Amino acid sequence: MLEIQNLHASVLDIENSEILKGVDLKVNKGEVHAIMGPNGSGKSTLANVLMGRPDYEVTDGDILVDGESIAELRPDQRAHLGLFLAFQYPAEIPGVRPWQFLKAAHDAKAEARGEEKMSVRNFTKLFDEKVEAVGINPDLVKRSLNEGFSGGEKKRNEMLQLEVLQPSMAILDETDSGLDVDALRIVAEGVNSMRSPERSFIVVTHYQRLLNYITPDIVHILVDGKIAQTGGPELALVVEKDGYREYLPAAGATG
Amino acid sequence: MANQKTISRESDLSGQEYQWGFVTDVETDLAPKGLSEDIVRLISSKKDEPAWLLEWRLKAYRHWVQLSDSEGEPDWAMIDYPSIDYQDIYYYAAPKAATEAPKSLDDVDPEMLATFEKLGIPLQERAKLAGVAVDAVFDSVSVATTMEEQLGELGIIFCSFSEAVKNHPELVKKYLGSVVPYTDNFFATLNAAVFSDGSFAYIPPGVKCPIELMTYFRINTEGSGQFERTLIVADKGAYVSYLEGCTAPFRKTHQLHAATVELVALDDAEIKYSTIQNWFPGTPEGEGGVYNFVTKRGRADKNAKISWTQVETGSAITWKYPSVILRGDNSVGEFFSVALANNHQQADTGTKMIHIGKNTKSTIVSKGISAGRGNNTYRGQVQIMPGAENAVNHTQCDSLLVGDQCGAHTVPYIEVRNPTARLEHEASTSKVSDDQLFYLMARGLSEEEAHHMIITGWSRDVIRELPFEFALEAGQLLKVSLEGAVG
Repeated sequence: MLEIQNLHASVLDIENSEILKGVDLKVNKGEVHAIMGPNGSGKSTLANVLMGRPDYEVTDGDILVDGESIAELRPDQRAHLGLFLAFQYPAEIPGVRPWQFLKAAHDAKAEARGEEKMSVRNFTKLFDEKVEAVGINPDLVKRSLNEGFSGGEKKRNEMLQLEVLQPSMAILDETDSGLDVDALRIVAEGVNSMRSPERSFIVVTHYQRLLNYITPDIVHILVDGKIAQTGGPELALVVEKDGYREYLPAAGATG
Repeated sequence: MANQKTISRESDLSGQEYQWGFVTDVETDLAPKGLSEDIVRLISSKKDEPAWLLEWRLKAYRHWVQLSDSEGEPDWAMIDYPSIDYQDIYYYAAPKAATEAPKSLDDVDPEMLATFEKLGIPLQERAKLAGVAVDAVFDSVSVATTMEEQLGELGIIFCSFSEAVKNHPELVKKYLGSVVPYTDNFFATLNAAVFSDGSFAYIPPGVKCPIELMTYFRINTEGSGQFERTLIVADKGAYVSYLEGCTAPFRKTHQLHAATVELVALDDAEIKYSTIQNWFPGTPEGEGGVYNFVTKRGRADKNAKISWTQVETGSAITWKYPSVILRGDNSVGEFFSVALANNHQQADTGTKMIHIGKNTKSTIVSKGISAGRGNNTYRGQVQIMPGAENAVNHTQCDSLLVGDQCGAHTVPYIEVRNPTARLEHEASTSKVSDDQLFYLMARGLSEEEAHHMIITGWSRDVIRELPFEFALEAGQLLKVSLEGAVG
């Protein structure tokens, strides 16, 4: 279970840069939560702060996984606990093949958890299966990680990693942006097939579009660094119809 | 990874990150410190050398004295070090047991065998299993060469330089100094005067050497210089892949290493020369470390190919420009290099490609990694002589910066004296970005692992040129050498 308590976060070393202004959120095992919000509301920041991006500083509040604070942990330690962030803009790593990268990630996690590392043969089998499932062009995984990948290919590659690493808490940061309908469907199918009572998801998105394919259990609207409203899947449809106007200060919304 | 942790724990104890810094306790036969004509004569007589070789050494010595009195050490490289006192160095240090050349591995001092075992250099039966023939040079003396017999069946000669002088004087006499003359430069001249030992290989016409030949150099004695000389001759149509590895103990004083390597690739021959240079780099504070002034050059005749691949992670100072003289038509020269300068290390390294023959082709891929307060300079020269019709050169120079106190410099010289030449030069400088690090760490890699993956990936074009086992070692070395630079 993931619990976010009164989370405040700023950009590191920049004064008056608070972006998250007291986020409260509870994601139980097996739940899929969608976080929606207008541009600049702090959605991506929240996703990155959960994963421990060093550019941000938690100034108040806490993040708990199964009751233990992870706010002071490094990103790799959070990954070992089962957190996963599908990046909005995955970095390019020249000369590193996706297989090599994922094997190292898989091994690192296994080692940190005191589990046995998967053999090269078994891992390759798993990898090949997932490459096919995610629908990545097999030629692509022979190239350098994300280098020269199109936007859609990068996102599929994120889904490949999600499938291979099987995290218990997956955060998707605007994975839908820049995707055509087919790619969107593949992302959604990936998430849906991985839904299980043991795994939870936080799907960060600007548009309701993705939620046509992934039905969330709970939808949150994040506005100005705070959760402005929480509801069921129908809330996404309201936003789709009316936009975020009612939440913005000019419209006199609550904050 | 578990192994890696052990390494860093060990190094914490000794206050530095160098895993190979142990000293072997063997009795050593030392000539007095300092350089003089007597010392040159002593070295030559210790080795029972023929008169012509002593004569050659003495000519070199006299030339060196002249150089010392006039211009001194070359000063054009971007390196900074206190002047070297050439009279404060041992020019001859030999493990006592080995003053008589060992007849077989059984005669080798067990302490020394243990040293090479510790370094992961297989001298025993394992060498055969690994499919490598090894010549191990401890301080100034070759202590063991494996698989000589098996190679002998093919007519391949692989032995220490001293043995070659004894057993194959005609070959040594013919090729010694033919590529790097004793007048070549200050350090090559010094080497010619006092060189102690090294490796010699000769591959007869049309023979493809079926295994890798390897020389492993180890400096042990404190205050000793190491001046080895390697000569490799691939006769017409022959092929050989040669590997060279080096380490030295952890010492607070500097050690001088001035080696010379000459490669001769006759018509249609190919020599692939790979180096992993891991001399002691000095402490993180810049104390000690090996001064590595090395002259390496190959001569490629008609249709011949010479390929230098180097991974340079060690030494306080690296001054090294493995070069190819492309004198035969259609000859090919290649240089693939990863040089790492961490802490206070300084590397000024690159290559010279001298195109003389027609349709000659050279490729240069240089990757410089600077970390800590390290300074890394690529210095390369591409020379197209008037007769080199249709010469082609491609140069790629990449620099990677880790941290903000290090430096990267690129100094390419290009001299074209034939209008048909085609040259391409690409250069880039990049930094390990926070985005890259966060991406890898978010997948569970530690910060060091992430750096290592980014850096080896970036160096991949060079590392993949190495023979497989060397490539693994190179990756591991980059990792260890960067410890402390990150985090």
